[in-house]
Amino acid sequence: MDVLDRIRQQVENNPVVLYMKGTPQFPMCGFSSRAAEALKRCDVDFAYVNVLADPEIFENLPRFANWPTFPQLYIGGKLVGGCDITLELFEKGELKPMLEEAIKAKQEKESD
Amino acid sequence: MNMQQRIRGKLETGLEPVFLEVLNESGQHNVPPGSESHFKVTVASARFIGKRLIDRHRLVNELLSEELAGPVHALSLHTLTPDEWFERAGEVPDSPPCLGGGKG
Repeated sequence: MDVLDRIRQQVENNPVVLYMKGTPQFPMCGFSSRAAEALKRCDVDFAYVNVLADPEIFENLPRFANWPTFPQLYIGGKLVGGCDITLELFEKGELKPMLEEAIKAKQEKESD
Repeated sequence: MNMQQRIRGKLETGLEPVFLEVLNESGQHNVPPGSESHFKVTVASARFIGKRLIDRHRLVNELLSEELAGPVHALSLHTLTPDEWFERAGEVPDSPPCLGGGKG
């Protein structure tokens, strides 16, 4: 499968996906660490892709949604932003409702 | 002209900011001394009024696309409207320390 199709499938099959350096348990970059921490504190399940373990995604994700840096957070199949945006939404209390809404929408779609 | 000055110049021209700070934070990362790889930008501009955060960041990323395609590896961005800047009284969060992941 083409790498862009693979990414599309990941963000469409999972209501919340964080593309990060390392894993939420062992982040390899301060920005990725902070973004993962904000998601963890929202107390919802989220998928993640360790871009350091997948060179093809590392190379191609920036052109998928025309966003040059990592981490990248996708909610409901759409790019929300990187670390700074994730944290800002978290601090404003907007992140958790966005995540919950996307998870609910996905569940409803699947039960149709 | 160093990278900090280049970034500053492009953002001044592109955003006509009421406040602009460009910090070279490369020293707190896993890169050789004197590197120009990690920057933190705080910018307040009327161009951001009515725009969502992602669109504000996209605007900055586009203005700095050459730099991001080259030596600039990380850009911490704080984008504010002039009103938001005034309300915050100039306070922005610190950037995170590096955890050693490098450029990949």
